Amino acid sequence: MTAPSPGTGSPAAGPAGPDSPGLDAHLVVERGAFRLDVRLTAAPGEVLALLGPNGSGKTTALRALAGLTPLTGGRVRLDGASLEDAPPEERPVGVVFQDYLLFPHLTALDNVAFGPRCQGVPRARARALAAGWLDRMGLADRAGAKPRRLSGGQAQRVALARALATEPRLLLLDEPLAALDARTRLEVRAALRRHLADFDAVAVLVTHDPLDAMVLADRVVVVEGGRAVQDGTPADIARHPRTDYVARLVGLNLYQGRAEGRTVRLDGGAAVTADGDLTGPAFVAFPPAAVTVHRERPTASSARNLWRCEVAGLEAQGDRIRLDLTGELPLAADLTAEAAAELRLHPGAAVWATVKAAQVRAYPA
Amino acid sequence: MTSRTPSDAAARPGRGGPRRPDARRLRRGVPPALLLPALLGLAFLVLPLVGLLVRAPWSDLPRQLADPQVWQALRLSLTTATAATAVVLVLGVPLAWLLARTEFPGRRLLRALVTLPLVLPPVVGGVALLLALGRNGIAGRWLDSAFGITLPFTTAGVVVAEAFVAMPFLVISVEGTLRAADPRFEEAAATLGASRLTAFRRVTLPLIAPGVAAGAVLAWARALGEFGATITFAGNFPGRTQTMPLAVYLALQDDPEAAVTLSLVLLAVSVTVLAALRDRWTAAA
Repeated sequence: MTAPSPGTGSPAAGPAGPDSPGLDAHLVVERGAFRLDVRLTAAPGEVLALLGPNGSGKTTALRALAGLTPLTGGRVRLDGASLEDAPPEERPVGVVFQDYLLFPHLTALDNVAFGPRCQGVPRARARALAAGWLDRMGLADRAGAKPRRLSGGQAQRVALARALATEPRLLLLDEPLAALDARTRLEVRAALRRHLADFDAVAVLVTHDPLDAMVLADRVVVVEGGRAVQDGTPADIARHPRTDYVARLVGLNLYQGRAEGRTVRLDGGAAVTADGDLTGPAFVAFPPAAVTVHRERPTASSARNLWRCEVAGLEAQGDRIRLDLTGELPLAADLTAEAAAELRLHPGAAVWATVKAAQVRAYPA
Repeated sequence: MTSRTPSDAAARPGRGGPRRPDARRLRRGVPPALLLPALLGLAFLVLPLVGLLVRAPWSDLPRQLADPQVWQALRLSLTTATAATAVVLVLGVPLAWLLARTEFPGRRLLRALVTLPLVLPPVVGGVALLLALGRNGIAGRWLDSAFGITLPFTTAGVVVAEAFVAMPFLVISVEGTLRAADPRFEEAAATLGASRLTAFRRVTLPLIAPGVAAGAVLAWARALGEFGATITFAGNFPGRTQTMPLAVYLALQDDPEAAVTLSLVLLAVSVTVLAALRDRWTAAA
């Protein structure tokens, strides 16, 4: 897999120019008092997440990209071609809807074969193609099942296979994990990440869950009130939130590494002890509020994670102080204003950061 | 058609909070103010059928049924009602789609016009058909001169009259089903490259099939019983335009026993067909 790994700060290729491959969109949709106005660019192979609260306009942006909601202004360019006047059926776009919208009267196989059939592929070949896609999703044995007989996770994979079977140049995913229960979510998220990494065109996913955005996307655009308020890698967004909303939303330190039992060895060399056993590629995450900061190396602390850091910056956010720490492990920490004053923190100050293992979540990558 | 199977209910435990106290509600008494009119209404609907069965000339029935005129009228009724249903399906389903899925000025007016034959006395409908499609009618004159087609007082005229009266039943039923169906399935089909026609054919139509079938049965039953528009527009020629209801009415004038027999046959056919179709749906649903 050659796709850039999220969460480790490697920025994807630069914005697409007018004739370069990839997505270059300026979406303007006006509806009553609501106005959506966002610019989105993404290179082929890049996964872009639109992260925002309900009603922020992110789903409208997705529908506008698919051609299901007409633009009132702006443009949509994909691989150099203008799409804004094309109806949805003529756009090389695949959509995975939030509740999947699998056709209930067709089997999983015929659902996946539907797109190729519409593109004029003969029936036998379309079904063979569909069988191949279901096989890649690990669903070969469910090909004959009607959607109501599929579990949530299976339906999600069939929906993904159906969208990919048309070989879209732009894959859109609307809250791809929202309809799943917590247990299935973990599994499906990891599988979806692998499939997105294999996908060579642009993928745009919409989510209100920061974790989904950080795990799945190479770049995150935070949408608030119809506008893009921040744009960057997941790590950027988590460490340097520019609005209170973003800080609350993505208040997470997120790293990638390899898990061996409860210890996750990070790509940067540091090790983190998490709350559960795991083996293989993994993410670890903990909220900035879980970090305790000390000026002297703590001796009486029971915390399993201890790192030597340096204060890179301080920023007031509401009634808290957000610390930007560098060193063994770059991380964000939240302190009360009193604690920050007591510790006499300033940029350049040397500190020790501790986090209890119980507050660190590890999950498979 | 939306009934949930027990396995579905079991697959979604805890939905809708505590169990509904169905059993207890049944045990609570029904207020007499509702029960009495309900029972009267039931008697009102059932009594005529009982009268028909009680007064039927059972001993004379074999001789009456041997009359070829009975079978001629029945065959004509069945073929014209089925043909009218086919016409209604071909024209009515697209009309229902237009009403449910598109926005255009005057859509509400059009919808009211479509339902007009529901409230129009059928005889008036027959007169209107004569004025439109009769030999000197506004469209009939042109049909006659351009194609040599004459509709009034022909078997095709019977089909036209029945379709005119039955069409609203199908359109209303299908439009309602379309409005209840999630239009986002059509959006999903569009994102997969389906044109609106393909999406209608391969996604919408299968999804609304139960509503279409229900509408078709209503339309068929209405066409089978059609009297006023048929006798006005198509006349009463045995073998050509004399359907069962017309034969019943005519027989009532000079041979009441024959009228009862004809009515029994019509009743038996309707009940059989409706029961057969009903079983098929409930088995499929």
